Amino acid sequence: MDCCGGTDEHEDDCTEVTVKEGIDAKTVEAAKALESENYSAGFSTEIETEYSPKGLSEDTIRFISAKKEEPEWLLEWRLAAYRRWLTMEEPTWAKVRYEPIDYQEYYYYAAPKSGAKYESIDDVPKEILETYEKLGIPLREAEVLLGVKGAAETAATAREAPRVAVDAVFDSVSVATTFRKELEKAGVIFMSISEAVREHPELVKKYLGSVVPQSDNYFATLNSAVFSDGTFVYVPKGVRCPMELSTYFRMNAENTGQFERTLIVCDEGAYVSYLEGCTAPMRDENQLHAAVVELVALDDAEIKYSTVQNWWPGDENGKGGIYNFVTKRGDCRGPRSKISWTQVETGSAVTWKYPSCILRGDDSVGEFYSIAVTNGRQQADTGTKMIHLGKRTKSRIISKGISAGKSDNTYRGLVSINKRAEKARNFTQCDSLLIGGRCGAHTVPYVENRRADAQLEHEATTTKLSEDQLFYARQRGLGEEQAVALLVNGFVREVLQELPMEFAVEAQKLLEVSLEGSVG
Amino acid sequence: MLKIENLTATVGEAEEAKQIINGLTLEVPAGEVHAIMGPNGAGKSTLSYVLTGRSGYEVTGGSATLNGEDILEMEPEERAAKGMFLSFQYPVEIPGVPVMTFVRTAMNSQRKLRGEEEISAPDFIKKSREIAKQLKLDAEMLKRPVNVGFSGGEKKRLEIYQMMMLEPSFLILDETDSGLDIDALKTVAEGVNAMRSPDRGMLVITHYQRLLDYIKPDKVHVLSAGRIIKTGGPDLALRLEAEGYEGVLGEAV
Repeated sequence: MDCCGGTDEHEDDCTEVTVKEGIDAKTVEAAKALESENYSAGFSTEIETEYSPKGLSEDTIRFISAKKEEPEWLLEWRLAAYRRWLTMEEPTWAKVRYEPIDYQEYYYYAAPKSGAKYESIDDVPKEILETYEKLGIPLREAEVLLGVKGAAETAATAREAPRVAVDAVFDSVSVATTFRKELEKAGVIFMSISEAVREHPELVKKYLGSVVPQSDNYFATLNSAVFSDGTFVYVPKGVRCPMELSTYFRMNAENTGQFERTLIVCDEGAYVSYLEGCTAPMRDENQLHAAVVELVALDDAEIKYSTVQNWWPGDENGKGGIYNFVTKRGDCRGPRSKISWTQVETGSAVTWKYPSCILRGDDSVGEFYSIAVTNGRQQADTGTKMIHLGKRTKSRIISKGISAGKSDNTYRGLVSINKRAEKARNFTQCDSLLIGGRCGAHTVPYVENRRADAQLEHEATTTKLSEDQLFYARQRGLGEEQAVALLVNGFVREVLQELPMEFAVEAQKLLEVSLEGSVG
Repeated sequence: MLKIENLTATVGEAEEAKQIINGLTLEVPAGEVHAIMGPNGAGKSTLSYVLTGRSGYEVTGGSATLNGEDILEMEPEERAAKGMFLSFQYPVEIPGVPVMTFVRTAMNSQRKLRGEEEISAPDFIKKSREIAKQLKLDAEMLKRPVNVGFSGGEKKRLEIYQMMMLEPSFLILDETDSGLDIDALKTVAEGVNAMRSPDRGMLVITHYQRLLDYIKPDKVHVLSAGRIIKTGGPDLALRLEAEGYEGVLGEAV
């Protein structure tokens, strides 16, 4: 492998910075309060949870498969993955550090929990409500996210504009009726992957594992063995999906597990925009998330996949928080197809994630737009792979990393130009912004080029949020945190523009909240 | 209006701190324009940063009040909301943030701190348009990120634009003439003069007399080694120009 882009490592100097007690700590406390709330006597009887036997074994997998009433071929598929996984070793090349994971300590299947977590909104800790308010999430929605008794029903009646798909999360009735009907009319299949296995086995069988094979990597193999649920989307030939699809509303009906599996197929000339995630500070007891997302774009099809991730990053000492080990890959299988990843990553304790594109079809296009924010003791190792196989394939990478607190933020990317990929083009821009003097930003771009006629551009910058800029903004009347938010928003503008409108507004607020207390 | 008494201030951290302002006393009544002149290193820019609350500048003694209120304990944004405005010698670039967004955010933030209503979008745009016209600023420029790719003259004009938009009660102009050609200087001076009013004070920091041909001061102070060592009328600036600082300072010692 030759490494044309070179490898730069930017380590920052170590000046003393005091980290203010901010909302992050509050959120963490609130999350803790929720945990204990959950186990307090008054509510435990209302929670119906069904677990698989603890730990991982062939029996666990059989249990999961049986619970889901899966066909024999899928059980065999899972078992094959499990046997392979046993022979594999956990990767260690990413620039992240964490305690070894004991895979026998997890439950690999937990049935959806039901029952209210709070009797009324008055029982919800004040700090949590404040956080929601800062994120601009209306109280009604907050109630549903927090699981307040009866909230789903009132929220459903309170919302009467079901045209915007994002709104539909709180409206399980209309998801089941209006949206499904409308999507069905267009021929779009949008359901949980478990349902799809039953209702559209031929499609699932054809595409499952065709982009991220079972053998792909340690976490993807684990996912293949134990995936709990996820989303399936199929957009038929020539159909432009009439609305933006979102995990928001499906998740409300069915709690997806820690091993999600998403499969999106866009047939010839079809288009879909898919939004994943939730900007609310969702409570999540699961430590380990090893999801797999597969996208398939056939001839002239286009898939736009947007993620906003805000999972629990752990407390200020780096305890707790989510390990997010995700394999996301899109296959531009047909000529002139296009896959575009946009991600805003602000949560998780450890992130290991590289949404990638295989540019197989001639003239296909892959895009990756990313904002990765780390604060506190978070660690993120994220980036993309653009694999150019077809002729005149084009890719574009815009990565904006923001590090604050004592966090570490690494961009790791691969641009690979195959022998057949004549006149392939790539543009890569990696910008890092440092807030304070105890964080790190690292850029690790790999380039493999087998073509003399390839056109590759790489730009990388590392800047520090400057005292000059902060003072200038404050002299004009902006508060310190408002000034930071404004400067950061300026820094990430090119990526925010790629997000669907409502998502962009929420992402902007999320940035503000996740960077609170980062200067001081 | 602005009253500074026996002010002392240091620059830098802890042991490295250097005393730059050494017992400075100055009063600028409402409605007056005072010029501060002085050689390099006299403490001119330091004074402007101390008055506006920049971190790294520590007040070690004395006082500074605006309309009787102690400003030295306030955060920079609180001082801004009270009406302090500094036109920077070197305006800062803010990539990705359009001028209009920046100024509107600043204006509303100030209004919020004062407990006032936010300005409506149409009102803001109308005001912006009028001021841009007055300063011969291209409307397109106001959609671009703050100061990014602006010429020296454009940056200074943008400072004046912000000043006129925010309508502060006390203005500090730090070397506003540097980097300006004569036409730009005239435009900027017109903007500043339009801001003169009986309830507004101004402190014009400059190296050269040139700016004072266009912005006529009521008083001229000479700053040297962190203290005002001489005060006079507009003719003092002319004398400094003719005799140089050494001539005038020599006489004062």
